[in-house]
Amino acid sequence: MIGERPKGIRSHLPVAYPALMLGIFFIIPFGIMVAISFFHRQPGGFYIPGFEFTNYKNLYTALFGRTLSFSLFVAGLSAAVCVSLAFPFTYFITRMRRRTQVIWLVFLMSVLSLSEVIIGFAWSLLLSRTAGISNLMVWLGLMEQPKAWYPGFAALLFGICYLAFPYTVLVLYPPLSRLDPALPEASQTLGASPLRTFFGVIVGSMRNAIVAAFVMVFVFTLGVYLLPQILGRPQHWTLSVLITDQAIYQTNMPMAASMAIFFMFVSLLLVALTMVIGKGKKIKTQ
Amino acid sequence: MAGLTLEDIHKNFGSVVAAREVNLKLPHGRFVCFLGPSGCGKTTLLRLIAGLESPTQGHILLDGEHITWTPAHKRNFGMVFQSLALFPHLSVGENVTYSLRVRHVKKSTQQKRAAELLDLVQLSGFEDRHISQLSGGQRQRVAIARALAIDPLLFLLDEPLSALDAKLRESMQLELRLLQQRLGVTTILVTHDQREAMTMADMVVVMGPDNRVRQVGTPLDIYRQPSDTFVADFIGSSNLLQGSCMGAREIKIGDQHLEVAEMPAGVSDGTSVTVSVRPEDISVLPGAEKRDNCLHGTVSFIRDVGSNVEIYLNCKGLQIISQSTPKGRPDVKPGDEGTAILPPASCIVLKS
Repeated sequence: MIGERPKGIRSHLPVAYPALMLGIFFIIPFGIMVAISFFHRQPGGFYIPGFEFTNYKNLYTALFGRTLSFSLFVAGLSAAVCVSLAFPFTYFITRMRRRTQVIWLVFLMSVLSLSEVIIGFAWSLLLSRTAGISNLMVWLGLMEQPKAWYPGFAALLFGICYLAFPYTVLVLYPPLSRLDPALPEASQTLGASPLRTFFGVIVGSMRNAIVAAFVMVFVFTLGVYLLPQILGRPQHWTLSVLITDQAIYQTNMPMAASMAIFFMFVSLLLVALTMVIGKGKKIKTQ
Repeated sequence: MAGLTLEDIHKNFGSVVAAREVNLKLPHGRFVCFLGPSGCGKTTLLRLIAGLESPTQGHILLDGEHITWTPAHKRNFGMVFQSLALFPHLSVGENVTYSLRVRHVKKSTQQKRAAELLDLVQLSGFEDRHISQLSGGQRQRVAIARALAIDPLLFLLDEPLSALDAKLRESMQLELRLLQQRLGVTTILVTHDQREAMTMADMVVVMGPDNRVRQVGTPLDIYRQPSDTFVADFIGSSNLLQGSCMGAREIKIGDQHLEVAEMPAGVSDGTSVTVSVRPEDISVLPGAEKRDNCLHGTVSFIRDVGSNVEIYLNCKGLQIISQSTPKGRPDVKPGDEGTAILPPASCIVLKS
């Protein structure tokens, strides 16, 4: 934080409005969800106020455990894929001329304007047997006959990465564009090859930005719930799909609430763990 | 004694020319300063030597061997950058031994070398500190130690002292010069500060705004015998008087005549020339005295900074600045008449 701590009520006023909005639209609904997760479910679609742990006890099923770990696995893997692709990509963009950088950024922003629904259906079409890219490959003589590349795990992972890649670039862009161009040059004059310079100095000095981008994509992809249904098979459905199913189709609100809260705590735990690992060894102070 | 040779170096960035027709021979073990105003191409020249840029034309040779196309990481030079470029994610010790780690030097040797180098730059015991915990001067020393870790063939410095405050800069100049003399490493320093160049260099390369090398020589040679008006004006302060040649040893300035000791070759009667006289060579006498080689005028301003006194004399529209010690200060005050005496030996004639 820069500058002095604000003094008195008046200097705190500017945060009042966002704080109010945050309270109304985030904290109160979250509180309601926490309360519902302890309510008693009445078969037939309603719940009555109460305080019981039944909904949390009911989470202890093989399906929930499997889906939870699969969701975390998919989110972690897509975050890893996105960051490892986006980091070198963003680095090379930031080394380009200003105009070229702007063109690339505008292009990425335009991808952001596509919603999960459009991306999901577009890729389901492009990966299909009847109208997909494989037909193009056949036409080019690279394949014998058209093939369906979806639904499946690879298609799901591809879709999620396509969705999250522009965000990853936008998170990495500011710190990478501020990177002192003399740093890689210094590494070279000290005898490091370009490859060693990239991993030793550029990746090394950007470790915080990389961890931040990883956490951002991880959290972002945890919430994906349309793509698994469009591009994946039922065994690829993530916890978000399961929660939606409980809330809307099974009309079991208390169960959905307890799932969501448990999911949130596990994710927060993992994010905290990532941050700790990302910080790495502490250099002795003093 | 081959040293570093630059042959007919040109460098263009698109349509912008950064260096033109540079031919230099830099002998071993010397401290060389590239001096010039900003945008004259001195940093580009250093980057060409370091291998961070490639010349558009020309060759670079080190001890007779071509290194024009050798990549930077195979040249074994040490470089200190203007921004210092210390690695923020590494400790002081790790920064200093980076070049040794890259070369897979044994860990025990690395530690020994780090201790030696930090001792050399007076930062013993700072191995485990974080870069952000150091002051500007300490960072400077770390950058110097890091560049010297492999005993570089050439030690290159790109305006490394420009970010320091005046006092620290002066003491670092002295320290750097002593360090270079102790190690005997061939050093090239880029600077726009002529005082810095005069303090440290054995040899100064003055570059002009046209991206050419204007003069190469020892600091005193360049100060005493500037090759053209740009060098005379850029190095120290100088009185530059426009005039025309009248006979073998005489220059006409306005309606006054000046005798000079030497005339450059290729100057004949009527050629317009510039006379350069250093302020400390001009003495001022009170009143309008009749002397040889003098200009009469009125005192317009006196700058007395304690250690020296500068007297500004307005001689019929021509401004003459004289510098003297407080003890030798003439008894004049602004508005008084005065006579400036310009000894013939101090009047350097330059072709305009």
